[in-house]
Amino acid sequence: MSTSDAPAPPPAGLWGAFTATLKRDVTLALRRRGDVLNPLVFYALVITLFPIGISPDPERLALIAPGLLWVAALLAALLSLDTLFRGDFEDGTLEQLLLAPQPLTALVMAKVSVHWLLTGLPLSLMAPLLGAMLALPPGSYMVLALSLALGSASLSLIGAIGAALTVGLARGGALLSLLILPLYIPVLIFGTGAVQAAAMGGAGAYLAILGALLALALMLAPLAIAVSLRISING
Amino acid sequence: MSLRLQARELACERDDRVLFKGLDVTLDAGEILCVEGPNGSGKTTLLKILSGQLGDYTGELHYRGEPLRRCRERFLANLLYLGHSAGVKAGLTALENLAWYQALAGDAFDEAACERALEEIGLAGFEDVPVGKLSAGQARRVALARLALGYRELWILDEPFTAIDKHGVAGLERRLLAHAERGGSVVITTHHALGDMAGIRRLALGEQGHHGEAA
Repeated sequence: MSTSDAPAPPPAGLWGAFTATLKRDVTLALRRRGDVLNPLVFYALVITLFPIGISPDPERLALIAPGLLWVAALLAALLSLDTLFRGDFEDGTLEQLLLAPQPLTALVMAKVSVHWLLTGLPLSLMAPLLGAMLALPPGSYMVLALSLALGSASLSLIGAIGAALTVGLARGGALLSLLILPLYIPVLIFGTGAVQAAAMGGAGAYLAILGALLALALMLAPLAIAVSLRISING
Repeated sequence: MSLRLQARELACERDDRVLFKGLDVTLDAGEILCVEGPNGSGKTTLLKILSGQLGDYTGELHYRGEPLRRCRERFLANLLYLGHSAGVKAGLTALENLAWYQALAGDAFDEAACERALEEIGLAGFEDVPVGKLSAGQARRVALARLALGYRELWILDEPFTAIDKHGVAGLERRLLAHAERGGSVVITTHHALGDMAGIRRLALGEQGHHGEAA
């Protein structure tokens, strides 16, 4: 049946469907690299412009750096959200995803994970480099990357609810931003708080809260995304 | 044995327009039901209701004698639905598309089975071409290859012949009959005349159809 050099087949059932969806989305994204790079380029551009536009004075920049790095990352993540379900909606695979016997919550988690892997994770790895440009105080680089990694996962989960709600609309982009930006604010507050506190050496509590927010999002968002998708597709 | 799929007193309204009312649909093993009617008569809506996708209807829907809402997972595991849009990713190859469907069905990836299905549907040699580079009819065939991939007892097909050539239509008709002979059931809408197919039941929607069933 299969050749000897073929990898072992994935286990059947839910896990197989989850990994297949994950693999499918990663393959698709890697074939259209421009779309993956877009938010990263946007992030780099925005952060590069601030020292030019405001002042090259390191002291002044260091003061606003945590906020800038976080806001720009948040907007970059938001930029890529609109396409999360749109492609699948247009070619009918979203309809098929909804008709799969597996729980929809698990399958959308695969899609959200891919969004985080290709947007949130690269953004948080890039942030320390850009932080150097904004004269971020030493000692807060690790916290910046960690807070963004934790926070962007929450952003992907929350944003996916909005993306699911607006997927059926022709021009859902603006509505999507309006819908989810209020929900992004707690993550933003504790994210920047963590980076600011890191300079004084006490970011643990902020990171813990970011982790708690992520845990909450992990628990509630998949259900909300699944229900939103059903409403948008069949409403 | 109870009927495979049974709908009683179905009624659906769209934008204050009654699409159908008091509609009874039954489907047993080995049956092909062709839903007919003019554009906008609610064929697609009916198919979506029968496949459990829509909730805004009144009436009862039973699968093997059980209310659909209560056996949804089992129903979906036995259902193959092909909608208006083909449901294939343009950026993936034919083989990758089928592999995903195989995984969604809960089966392990079986490359040989996928290749066989593509060959049967007339796409041999196109396994590794991205679907976006295929013609519309070929892309449709990738979706139709799912019919040859694994056995699902209930097929609900919305306009499956779109963009398919004459030869392909004939092949598909044979496939439908073979499926019915094996004990499978099919609900289908099409504007092609399924003339010489024996044993096919027709359900007419729309004004002139007065929701009647004809043999």
